[in-house]
Amino acid sequence: MGKVIIETKHLTKKYTVGEVDVHALRDVSLQVKEGEFVAIMGASGSGKSTFMNIIGCLDQPSSGDYFLDGVLTSKLNKNEYAEIRNQKIGFVFQGFNLLSRTTAIENVELPLMYDRQHRIKNPRQKAIEVLNRVGLGDRLDHVPNQLSGGQQQRVAIARALVNEPSLILADEPTGNLDSRTSVEVFGLFQQLNSEGITIVLVTHERDFANFARRIVELRDGKVKNDFMIQNPLIALDELAKLNQMEMPNEV
Amino acid sequence: MKFKNILMAAVKSILKSRMRSLLTTLGIIIGVAAVIVMVSIGAGAQQQVEQQIASLGSNLLIIFPGASNTGGVNRGAGSINRFTMDDVNMLKDNSTYIKAISPVVRAGAQVIGGSGNWNTSILGVSPEYLDIRSWVLESGEFFTNKDVVARMKVCVLGSEVKKNLFPGSDPIGELIRIRNVPFKVIGVLAEKGQSAMGTNNDDLILAPSSSVLDRLSGGRYINFIQASATRLDQMSKAQEELRQIMRESHHLHDGEDDDFTIRNQADLTDAATATTKVLTLLLGSVAAVSLIVGGIGIMNIMLVSVTERTREIGIRLSIGARASDILVQFLTEAIILSLSGGMIGIFLALGIAYVLNNYSSQPAVIQPAVILISFGFSGAVGVFFGFYPARKAANLNPIDALRYE
Ligand SMILES: Nc1ncnc2c1ncn2[C@@H]1O[C@H](COP(=O)(O)OP(=O)(O)O)[C@@H](O)[C@H]1O
Ligand SMILES: [Mg+2]
Repeated sequence: MGKVIIETKHLTKKYTVGEVDVHALRDVSLQVKEGEFVAIMGASGSGKSTFMNIIGCLDQPSSGDYFLDGVLTSKLNKNEYAEIRNQKIGFVFQGFNLLSRTTAIENVELPLMYDRQHRIKNPRQKAIEVLNRVGLGDRLDHVPNQLSGGQQQRVAIARALVNEPSLILADEPTGNLDSRTSVEVFGLFQQLNSEGITIVLVTHERDFANFARRIVELRDGKVKNDFMIQNPLIALDELAKLNQMEMPNEV
Repeated sequence: MKFKNILMAAVKSILKSRMRSLLTTLGIIIGVAAVIVMVSIGAGAQQQVEQQIASLGSNLLIIFPGASNTGGVNRGAGSINRFTMDDVNMLKDNSTYIKAISPVVRAGAQVIGGSGNWNTSILGVSPEYLDIRSWVLESGEFFTNKDVVARMKVCVLGSEVKKNLFPGSDPIGELIRIRNVPFKVIGVLAEKGQSAMGTNNDDLILAPSSSVLDRLSGGRYINFIQASATRLDQMSKAQEELRQIMRESHHLHDGEDDDFTIRNQADLTDAATATTKVLTLLLGSVAAVSLIVGGIGIMNIMLVSVTERTREIGIRLSIGARASDILVQFLTEAIILSLSGGMIGIFLALGIAYVLNNYSSQPAVIQPAVILISFGFSGAVGVFFGFYPARKAANLNPIDALRYE
């Protein structure tokens, strides 16, 4: 295992709604090293999304420090934040968050348009390449509402991958998907992880969390549990089992 | 983003929400077209009046019997000292600033001749009248001083009278009967069109004043006197001179008020343009209201689309767009929309003006300044209301923009 890519120290997040203070995160200190595959678990309202948004540089903590790749993020300005979102992190949402009425390929190309250095010379070709990688090479010109939920999430993953980030964050990426499609998506994440990309994702299903190699459990905005999984499930094997179970019905 | 990408993204985004784009531009189209057309109609009316006043003749002075009521108390009809040929001759002999002078004796009459009969007005005038009014003959000739002295029963027809009595044939040399008195047609006037005061300058017959006094009006009084000054910059001197001569002619003592009124062309122009200025103001206000209503329409559509766009902005921010990227995108879209809407509005207005100028009696004069102002205003409304909410959204945390409802 390599160097630390995510490090939070005493992270808190407080929302004030009317007169009431809601403490979404209270003192979360965590380290994630390069190449890890972490599943964040916890009941609804335990602060998972809040945590993900902060480490994804989509939101800022109320107090505490967040180091990304050794850089203290609170020292960065808005444009540097934008650059981090663009270059270092691929974020996958539960609700996909694709641009409507925009083709898969244009959705995937979008992050490249905001890369001021134009590191990737041929955006179109790169977009096709990553769409092929997530198995959507034959759906390039489909717009989101012509795609199934699983396919839309694959487009979103392709978009997260297109700038070749070292870190992929996903907040309940399979929350809107059926279990078979979910297993397929986890297969994709396992494959990306085996290629060296660090993955932190949220799921509240124990079965799916076992595809990861480490589980962090949150409760009431605090880390409740943090442990390694000795023998993670292999998504491809699980898929094969599912296929076997379905076979008899089809014959 | 590269400039090309920005443009392409803006066009794509506009085409993606066709309905919204159409409604936004519709507001701009209608606003711009309405203002241009309305103000052009006002300007057209004003120009029409000015042209008609100018067509009254050059350096025109008109002397009416009766005191002007601007002078104070109206002294009643009985005190009006009507004009006779003596007044005209007196003016002609003594004036130095006057180039031409003519009495006008008016008589309405039924005219029989050629292929039918026609009710029109007869003006008894002097040979100089043509010059005073800057009218031209289409054919034949005008009567001379000899004709006036000899009280010749000759006449010159207005183009409309000619059309009605002699459709398609040459009236020169023909006899017509005005109130049963035979007059010989010696000329036809060129067509002039409607006059400023609403009288039709083509529906009339000109004849020597002497003959009209003798045969038609049955008396010695003339209705008014028209004169034209030699030079435009001597109008007031000419007017004062006429006044003195008239006072002498009417034997008015010092301290007695004038029993006549002299009007010059400028007075007439002022009176007539005053009405059209009110008209222009009225049309302009209606147009301004429509521009504001158009602006509110644009504003509504822009604000309504903010919810949808805020999510879009959230998505773009979450994948690495800077606030400035978002602003440039929205500004580009707004500018493209308002430019194309404004262009269409201008062409629409030009089309309407063309139709008005060619197929109606209402002329429209397009003024470039109005085009620029209305285009600029609508464009600014579009840009402001497209840009302002986008700027608000672009400065949010990405996650807040994504959650916005
Ligand atoms: N924008 C917000 N304003 C106020 N309270 C919020 C906001 N977002 C989240 N919360 C509160 O913070 C807590 C944690 O929320 P969240 O991180 O979304 O939990 P999870 O993703 O684990 O379900 C919840 O109690 C939620 O109500
Ligand atoms: Mg959540």
